[in-house]
Amino acid sequence: MSDTGQTGPLFGAKRLAARAIGAASRASGRGGGTTLPGRVLLRLSPDAIARMGASLDQGVTLVSATNGKTTTAGMISAALATAGREPVHNRAGSNMTWGIATALLEQEGSEGLFEVDEAWLRQVTGQLQPSLIVLGNLFRDQLDRYGEVEALAEGWAQMVAERAGKSRFALNADDPMVADLGRNGDGKQHEGVVYFGVEDPSQALPELQHAFDAKHCRRCGHPYAYERAFIGHLGHYACPSCGASRPIPEVAATEIELHGMDGSTVSLQTPQGSVRMELPLPGLYNVYNALAAVAAGLELGIELQTIVSSMAQVRTAFGRVETVPIGDRQVSILLIKNPAGANEVLRTLKLEAEGAGLDLWIALNDRIADGRDVSWIWDADFELLRQTVRRVTCAGTRAPEMALRLKYAGWPQEAIDVMPEIEASLDHAVEQTPQRLFALPTYTALLDLHKLLSGRGLAKEFWR
Amino acid sequence: MELRVLALYPDQMNIYADRGNILFLQRRCEWRGIRFSHATTGPGESVDPGAHDFFYLGGGQDRDQRAVAADMVATKRSALASAVDDGAVLLAVCGGYQLLGHSYQLDAERLPGLGLVDLETVREEGSRLIGNVAIEVEMDGEKQVLAGFENHGGRTYLGDGSIPLGRVLSGFGNNGQDGLEGVRRGNLIGTYLHGPLLPKNAWLADRLIALAIERRTGSLPRLEPLDDRLEEAAHESARRAAFSG
Repeated sequence: MSDTGQTGPLFGAKRLAARAIGAASRASGRGGGTTLPGRVLLRLSPDAIARMGASLDQGVTLVSATNGKTTTAGMISAALATAGREPVHNRAGSNMTWGIATALLEQEGSEGLFEVDEAWLRQVTGQLQPSLIVLGNLFRDQLDRYGEVEALAEGWAQMVAERAGKSRFALNADDPMVADLGRNGDGKQHEGVVYFGVEDPSQALPELQHAFDAKHCRRCGHPYAYERAFIGHLGHYACPSCGASRPIPEVAATEIELHGMDGSTVSLQTPQGSVRMELPLPGLYNVYNALAAVAAGLELGIELQTIVSSMAQVRTAFGRVETVPIGDRQVSILLIKNPAGANEVLRTLKLEAEGAGLDLWIALNDRIADGRDVSWIWDADFELLRQTVRRVTCAGTRAPEMALRLKYAGWPQEAIDVMPEIEASLDHAVEQTPQRLFALPTYTALLDLHKLLSGRGLAKEFWR
Repeated sequence: MELRVLALYPDQMNIYADRGNILFLQRRCEWRGIRFSHATTGPGESVDPGAHDFFYLGGGQDRDQRAVAADMVATKRSALASAVDDGAVLLAVCGGYQLLGHSYQLDAERLPGLGLVDLETVREEGSRLIGNVAIEVEMDGEKQVLAGFENHGGRTYLGDGSIPLGRVLSGFGNNGQDGLEGVRRGNLIGTYLHGPLLPKNAWLADRLIALAIERRTGSLPRLEPLDDRLEEAAHESARRAAFSG
């Protein structure tokens, strides 16, 4: 008997071995065990994702974006749960092949929902044959790891070409690099593409932000003309040369009220009708995540009302807006990892501050998962908070460079402390804070922070 | 005193937070009471070589370099050549550095260069050269360390008469082979140390400010010292990163 498919005896033995390693890793208390079993299994059996994925006969949804993939997948998961469906889902946010393999190994289900790292999307797509692919945005991020943004966009375009007609797509109409993927060479929309976007001009930025990644029409190379931009290069655009323009989104936010850290109220227009949605997550960037999730949810056959009511209960993805009490102070954690994402966090904090002084802890690490290159902090608009900061403690492996950036953004030098070590600097920052501290870590600093808080019994273990 | 900066193609060539360099120059001038003026120039525009003393050209993606190379040769080459001959500072970083030489062989395509220095850049087999980097630079008889980050697919080879900016202490440099980094010709500097290079190396920023002012006034100014504790800590941090691999 040949050892093919999900149930071959040899493959079964490899799965058991990998599972046992995960259990042992968790029992040792040393880590989340969110990736180790998958790593082992992929070593033993490189096609494990395709083999295990074959059992997901109710379909597979993949979510990718530079910013918001964990949150968007979390929202889709909440909508599915409200509809009584429980997908196999890499909910801890481990989104490279080993994280996906681990989820497949350790969860049972007939439906899959995976967030996928941008650079791994094509490979994972080839293995999982997804029924739905949700693409949010492409921003400059970790150029040392991913190469250049346009090279990444090219990889996505090849993936879409391979899947056109086989997968359905939910695409962000407001990101020209993403929206254009939904059209063929003649500019005609592919079958099975649904677009989402923002239709509320009052949310436009007063001017285009510096970190602006889609400058040239993907079709003819001419610079796009922007009527308005909402976040980075997300907005309403058209190419004055070849006429390629923003598709009209079927799922649209027509009116948005932002309520600082508390979230937002969004008027939604969809093919299933119009509705108001309360979103408990802050910022316009989370409105985009919600639009992606609504578009995906409708594609997955969930009723609009079910999706909208599930949004009210969405818990934030790990570290993407989380508040933890330390003594009688509150510490709100907001991940920052690239200019576009950081700018949205800074905008939200500026709204939140309303003139009062902000207390901040910013942890800049340069490990591989953060991107080794910390140049990006000079692309993010820290200038936004120069008049609202009361005290800031800079931490992490590149703390002094973070502090320098803030000085040149016009933050008062006497308000800036530099303490690289995570625990000591956090305690110092909390001590200096009258009420609420905003903690802005990069990805691995967030992991360090979470470990620290878990160790003190202050935060839930984020893997399950 | 005044520092007159011209940013070349800032809309195209800005991939690694190049604006950090301009901001760094601006603040250090303002804190010393040096007037700072900042102009930009883009495709199709001509440049007055006498109107600016500090020219900056940042990094760009392949597509941006394609968009810029021929236009820059056509509309700005002679102005930049005469400004450099006249002692103006030209700092070109990463993708901008690659356009200073004779040409840049990008896959099957050959992008024209400004020809301001004798060097060639080519794409070769092998992966991009990425990582923290430190080089030793000798300026005015003094050895200094320049620390930063490099990320480039192209390999640059200097012609026989060309002088490198420095010697690689840690990292790849021009091509990962000959231990050389960047190029220097008078006050022209090309380097792969990209993006916010000046914030990581305040000594170089001040040196270039002084040279640019000298071009205008005819005498090298003595710049007032600033409280550089954070600048020095950031430089140490970048150096540490380079030497720890």
